[in-house]
Formats: sequence, structure tokens, C-alpha cells
Amino acid sequence: MSVHELEKLFQDKIDQEIKIEPRDWMPEAYRKTNLRQISQHAHSEIVGMLPEGNWIGRAPSLKRKAILLAKVQDEGGHGLYLYSAAETLGFSRDQMIEDLHSGKAKYSSIFNYPSLTWADMGAIGWLVDGAAILNQVMLCRTSYGPYARAMVRICKEESFHQRQGFEILLVLSRGTEAQKAMCQDAINRWWWPSLMMFGPKDSESTNSDQSMKWKIKRKSNDELRQQFVDMIAEQVKVLGMTLPDPDLVWNESRKHYDFGEINWEEFWNVVKGNGPCNKQRLEARRKAHDNGAWVREAASAYAAKKAARRKTVAA
Amino acid sequence: MQIQVKKFYYGDIPDSGSGSAPSAKQVNPSEEWPLWEVFIRSKQGLDHKHAGSLHAADAEMAIENARDVYTRRQEGISIWVVESKYIHASKPEESGMLYDPAEDKIYRHPTFYDLPDAVKHM
Ligand SMILES: [Fe+2]
Ligand SMILES: [Fe+2]
Repeated sequence: MSVHELEKLFQDKIDQEIKIEPRDWMPEAYRKTNLRQISQHAHSEIVGMLPEGNWIGRAPSLKRKAILLAKVQDEGGHGLYLYSAAETLGFSRDQMIEDLHSGKAKYSSIFNYPSLTWADMGAIGWLVDGAAILNQVMLCRTSYGPYARAMVRICKEESFHQRQGFEILLVLSRGTEAQKAMCQDAINRWWWPSLMMFGPKDSESTNSDQSMKWKIKRKSNDELRQQFVDMIAEQVKVLGMTLPDPDLVWNESRKHYDFGEINWEEFWNVVKGNGPCNKQRLEARRKAHDNGAWVREAASAYAAKKAARRKTVAA
Repeated sequence: MQIQVKKFYYGDIPDSGSGSAPSAKQVNPSEEWPLWEVFIRSKQGLDHKHAGSLHAADAEMAIENARDVYTRRQEGISIWVVESKYIHASKPEESGMLYDPAEDKIYRHPTFYDLPDAVKHM
């Protein structure tokens, strides 16, 4: 069969909503796009453990420590599901980790912002996980089977993340004046970076919509962002707090909230590595990996020793 | 056909124009811990079902890791692990040859047989 025929068969499958599995024929660009997207997603889960891990020891009660620990552990699991999905495309796990640590691979820019107060744990759960969930719910229907299955598993675990975050803020919003101020401050700092998570405006990009045609993606950045704004603009009222955007207003004719312009200069700056914590995050990742080297070596040595012993017993 | 996907979607940052470091060290994949497939029985009386995969130095560690990642919410009561390299699979190219012959044998299904309503419990 010619490549052209294979491509047609491939697109027919996609159009009929038949999932693509690892051993099926696929265009090279489909493989590459999935590999890049899934591995970036995996890296985001792993780097995303850092701003929150930073607060586990300082969470205000044993209950909050246990919850935060469980959430951060979930994110580690999400990283694993996604690395496994990426590996089905024929790329080694160790190479992905190496590419993350060398700065070759990217991860979500949101994790390059610092988590300064306890309220940030609330804002991250509510806004950052909230924004991620909208993307991930859409990806449950993505065309590459292993990615879609990983997403279904992740989405099941995510909803507690957003709820525990909102609950942290809810408690603060009903607390002392200082707690209320801390709550509002965290929302102020996390709101715009959360909106940036959805990526550039649709009009910014003149390139082809190949990801849509291949059903890797099913919604545009602006669609997802609007969905997020509409959701959060209502939820923030329950907290009795405000979003730091004077242009945020319900538009009766559009049946959506209008909102202000995002600072795209800041967005590109953080993507390119100049955000407040880019350096710190990669250093923390590298350090954790290097410090764990002896554990990995010991486990390999122990496994080899056990295997050798089994051989002598059998002989 | 040379397709380049450059559009910057949520969760997919293209390599070019995003300040990626150009080249990274090549890792030797043969030094990796082996890959294991994980199968979980969610409840007594049910089959083990494929849950995912992970890397581990040996079977014992694979089971421990599987416990940590796949059964954090009581999803399982029993775990099987098998090294991925021992799994043999049918080829997608041969799926026509393997599965199409079953397509026209509708008489293998009970609904093929038209019986009077008077016949009960069948
Ligand atoms: Fe996650
Ligand atoms: Fe999460």
C-alpha cells in the first residue's frame, strides 16, 4: 500500500472515531505530535509536584497535610500514566527524563510561578487543577488510545484536587481579616497565569489545524479558556472574593463573560525560560534525580543478586 | 507528505520558538529498568484486567510500585505483573484475516433463531 493510501485509511479511522493503537500505522507527524504533547503533559505533572510539595510540611493541620500529600502523590501517578503512554510511541523513559532535565523538553509554564502562602494551595487546586481538568476532560476523547485511557484514569482522580483547593479558600474566606486578605491575594496572583495555561489566542496562530483534524485536540484554546472564565467567574462569588480583572463582565448577547487582555509578553517570557521559578524548578528536579541515583543502582544490584541466587538454587 | 504541526495548543508547546535547549545527552535505553505490564483484579470473582505499565528492577518491586500507583483508591485486591517483553500480540495488519471470518456467522448468536412466543425459558 502506498503512503497516500495508508494516510487515507488512517484519516478514515479518525473520522469514524476509531482509536489509534500503538502498533497501528500512523503518519510520522501524528506520532511526533502525540509524543511531544504526551511527554510535555507528563513533565507538567511531575514538575507540578514541586510548588505543592513545598507546602506539605507547612500545611496548617494533620488533615491538610494528609490531603496535600495524597494530591501530590496523585500527580506523581499522573506523570507515570503519561510517561507510559508516551513510551508506546517508541521513546525511552530515561530519554524523556533526560530531555526534561537538560531543558530540551517543555512543561506547563504555570509551575514556574512561586507558591508563597498557604492560600496558594487553595488557588492552585481550584484554578490550576481546574484549568487542567477542562483540557483533560476533552483529552479523554483524544484519538490516540493510550493517551485517552491515561486521561480517563487521571480525570477520575482530578476532581478531588479542585474541590480540596476550593475548600481551602472557602475556609479562609470565612476566617479572620488576615485570612481573607491572604485568600484574595492568592487569587490575584494565580488568576492571570491560570488563563495563560490555555495557550495563545486562536487568532495568533496561522498554522494548520492538523491536531484538530487528527482529533488529538477537540477544542481550541479560546473555547477552553472561555469555558474556564465562565465557570470561575460564578464560583468566585461563593467565596465572596473578586477576580483581578476590571473588564470582567457578563455579556448578555454572547451568553459568556467578557474578560480583559492577557499579558502575552509575560506568557512568552515564561515559556522561554525567564519566569520567576524556571531555574529553581529544573534544579530541584535534577537534584532529586541525582540524589536518587544510588537508590536506583542499589535496586538494580539487589535484583541481579536475587536473580543469580534463584539460578543457583535451580541448578 | 511532510506535515509540520506548529500550532501552539493548550498542553503542546512546539519545539521551535519556545526557547528549547537544542540537543540533549543520548540515553542508552538498554540501561533502563525493564518495563512491566500490570493487571489488577478489582474484586473477588472478577478477572484481572490490564491497568497500565511501569518500570521496575524486578517482579517484587513491580508489584509494590503497582500497588502505589494503581490501587490508591481501593481499585484492586490482587495484582499480576508480567515483563512486557514476554507479551506476544497479533499484528494489526492481519486483523482482517483473523477476525473477518466471524462476521458472517450470525447463526452463532441466539437472536438468529425465530421461535414462537409460546416457547418459554429459552
Ligand atoms: Fe494531575
Ligand atoms: Fe491535579
